[in-house]
Amino acid sequence: MSTVMAKAPAVETPFLRLARDFARSRTALAGLAVLVLIVLAALLARWVVPQDPYDLAQLDILDSMLAPGSLGGGGWTYWLGTDDQGRDMLSAIVFGLRTSLLVGVVATLIALAVGVAVGLLAAYAGDRVDGLVMRLVDIQLSFPAILIALILLALLGKGVDKVIVALAAVQWAYYARTIRGSALVERRKEYIEAAQCLALPHGRIMMRHLLPNCLPPLIVVATVQVAHAIALEATLSFLGVGVPVTQPSLGMLIASGYQYMLSGDYWVSLFPGLALLVTIVAINLVGDRLRDVLNPRLNH
Amino acid sequence: MTEPLLRVDGLKTHFLTRAGTVKAVDGVDLRLDRGEILGLVGESGSGKSVTGQSILGLVDPPGRVVGGRVLFRGEDLVGAGEKRLRAIRGRRIAMIFQDPMMTLNPVLSIGTQMVEAVQAHETVSRAEAWERSRRALARVGIASPDERLASYPHQFSGGMRQRVAIAIALLHSPDLIIADEPTTALDVTIQAQILFEVQKLCRETGTALIWVTHDLAVVSALADRVAVMYAGRVVETGTVAEIIGNPRHPYTRGLLESVPSRNRRGVPLRSIPGMTPSVLDLPEGCAFRPRCDRSTGACTAMPELMGDREDRAWRCWNPVGAEARGDAA
Amino acid sequence: MLVFILRRLAQSAVVVMAMSVLVFAGIFAIGNPIDVLISPEADEFERAAAIARLGLDKPMHEQFIRFVDSALGGDLGTSFVHGVPALGLVLQRFPATLELALCAMLVAVVLGIPLGLWAGLKPDSLAGRVIMTGSILGFSLPTFWVGMMLIMAFAVTLGWLPAGGRGETASLFGVPWSFLTADGLTHLILPAVNLALFKLSLVIRLARAGTREVALQDYVKFARAKGLAPSRVVGVHILKNIMIPVVTVLGLELGSVIAFSVVTESVFAWPGMGKLLIDSILQLDRPVVIAYLLVTVLLFVVINLIVDLVYSLLDPRIRLGGGRA
Repeated sequence: MSTVMAKAPAVETPFLRLARDFARSRTALAGLAVLVLIVLAALLARWVVPQDPYDLAQLDILDSMLAPGSLGGGGWTYWLGTDDQGRDMLSAIVFGLRTSLLVGVVATLIALAVGVAVGLLAAYAGDRVDGLVMRLVDIQLSFPAILIALILLALLGKGVDKVIVALAAVQWAYYARTIRGSALVERRKEYIEAAQCLALPHGRIMMRHLLPNCLPPLIVVATVQVAHAIALEATLSFLGVGVPVTQPSLGMLIASGYQYMLSGDYWVSLFPGLALLVTIVAINLVGDRLRDVLNPRLNH
Repeated sequence: MTEPLLRVDGLKTHFLTRAGTVKAVDGVDLRLDRGEILGLVGESGSGKSVTGQSILGLVDPPGRVVGGRVLFRGEDLVGAGEKRLRAIRGRRIAMIFQDPMMTLNPVLSIGTQMVEAVQAHETVSRAEAWERSRRALARVGIASPDERLASYPHQFSGGMRQRVAIAIALLHSPDLIIADEPTTALDVTIQAQILFEVQKLCRETGTALIWVTHDLAVVSALADRVAVMYAGRVVETGTVAEIIGNPRHPYTRGLLESVPSRNRRGVPLRSIPGMTPSVLDLPEGCAFRPRCDRSTGACTAMPELMGDREDRAWRCWNPVGAEARGDAA
Repeated sequence: MLVFILRRLAQSAVVVMAMSVLVFAGIFAIGNPIDVLISPEADEFERAAAIARLGLDKPMHEQFIRFVDSALGGDLGTSFVHGVPALGLVLQRFPATLELALCAMLVAVVLGIPLGLWAGLKPDSLAGRVIMTGSILGFSLPTFWVGMMLIMAFAVTLGWLPAGGRGETASLFGVPWSFLTADGLTHLILPAVNLALFKLSLVIRLARAGTREVALQDYVKFARAKGLAPSRVVGVHILKNIMIPVVTVLGLELGSVIAFSVVTESVFAWPGMGKLLIDSILQLDRPVVIAYLLVTVLLFVVINLIVDLVYSLLDPRIRLGGGRA
């Protein structure tokens, strides 16, 4: 028996194995490539687009509502057209992408931190604490995210920071539930018992022993949730309760182009929409693949 | 010799997976006469269950029968269309599966599952089908069958469910029942009861039976003949007496020596060294070679079935007892 | 069974209470409707009169007691903007939303289950892949954007369907419905499809995952071994098993469809509760927001209860086995 076991495959770090499994899906790789491009464009926004869309000095009102491909007064071509203030749509989209990604990622990180803390604590403490926290989670999850976010924003008012708070408040419960689920399973395993026998501090057991073993499902949920957060932010901004006009996200751009769309000037709304779509699909493709790769039960 | 009820020739069922082709069944030959009980023995992964399912064309993708013939009453089932197979399944050849907890649909009542089995092959009224189901349940020893027909599987014990499965198999008085380890998941006492009853029912109705199992002791109590499988092939076949009393393949002998028996008191039990090989990575030639204490250079070539009769054969270059008898045990 | 229902009812009452406290506290603490409702040019006297009339000068707990007391009597206050009872306003808009939500669910189920079954039975076929790709898109596309595209395509460019509104309605039980008239139906199609898209993707995924899992079960193989026709194996043995999770999730999702109708109603100018909610939020019309929330919470509670009952009817293990773990 032992001789057979010794013939295990050559040493390979878990990360390398994951990367290789991940790369086996070409759609997921394409999604990842697109995502990297999008993130780079958003990070380097100022250097990759022709104008700063919110520097009024750079706008030329004479160039307003130009169709895609038009030549502007400044001598360059507006590949995606301009809006009613003569703003280059390509620049506006890249900057909007920045706001959307910022909101989505930061909200997800905050929610992740809160959810993990609460979920781990519940699972580790067990009994009463667990019951109470999970009841709270259940109640929150029984209400649709959009409803809770709407109400919160109705109370908080507009603003990037407020949208982030609302989105984090909506999401934390998912993570709490996810990590509690896996932590409960892990908790019963011998290595936790061993750590407890060594009288390690509770905090250390939770962070160094429990948490790393509960990460895979969390990573998957978090990836997909970033896409959800971005879509939700866009929706809220579209409904007029999201980010302010001074710092428009993709959803805001789409909403402000809506009126022109019905009269045939499609580009003001269509291109931000496509950018939003591509971003969300790319994240979802990566998330889907991660789930397949990280969940050995589904690998056949 | 007359034409047998079932004759399997060189049956090959392969699973085309991403990791490679798994040759779960790779050239199996079997024959079975009317009313005969055959024990198909092998350890897990030997391909015995897949053989049973291949006969009825029930292998799920990515598995596929890629070669050989299954002659049932002279008709080749491998080439038969789905429609023809459907007419045979349940009516001519019935199947019983391993885990009675899993073979009955949890959300349909027993009555529904039996009535549909009757009506799949005969145009009869629901009342008539119900009556037939009732009688079938009574025949396998289930009390108050009316009440039972209205029940759902989770209300039954494992042994009862397996009786229901047997009753379903018997509904159309088939020519052949393929039973895939039907007692493995049951308690030992229930096992014995079920075993006894299946044997009795088959004898009464003249139904032939293929009993797939890993348990030689069960087979010796039940079967007329035995076929031993290893790594997708039949390595030895013969009557129960021949297999038990005079095994020729070293693997068969190994199996026998690992079973406790009253007749060999005081002789230490022996296990077969090594593990069942991965079907993805079978050794060249005889698959048992790496674990065999009799292997020689000849074993790198796949031995053909050899023996005196078609139904007494073994697949070994150096069969047990070729020199002096009784050396090992 | 009765104990089960009673216990569920008690639980639900607690949820409703908790929600009303939270909502009230939240709105009291942060919003300030006075600034919105009373014109800046009004003099001190007019302000004070308005505040007294609306009860905004009382301490918080008194306002709350007053609120609960009248809520139990069905009075959730008067809309600041419309000057009519808030609850009546919400309820009056409810049928339009319900109609839209149910139509969307119908679309999701009628299309989603067959598509999901197909994709689950033949996961590697072209059709299976197309269905799955479609469902990924359905998950990814924000509802409002799809709605806009639908209007763009079918109303503006092709001119086949109207872009918004309820169209002509006919009365049934004293309530106007769009689906009873041909004109109303044409108005219903686009919003219903828009609202259904997300749930359709969900149903496809659930049905597909369920089918893939159930199709591998021994009881399916046993059913085939009995000689049953594929239509019966799929239509009864597989379908009935995948229906359990689908119905559960769908029932629970009816609430979220009603919530999401906020978006669809805004895009298609559908005069339901959702549009009312957005308008009220933007106008800080506090009583209407509260009335909407309480009606929705109540709705959710009722829906969850019904789902539990239907669930137990579908799954004999629960129906007959008594309690659940």
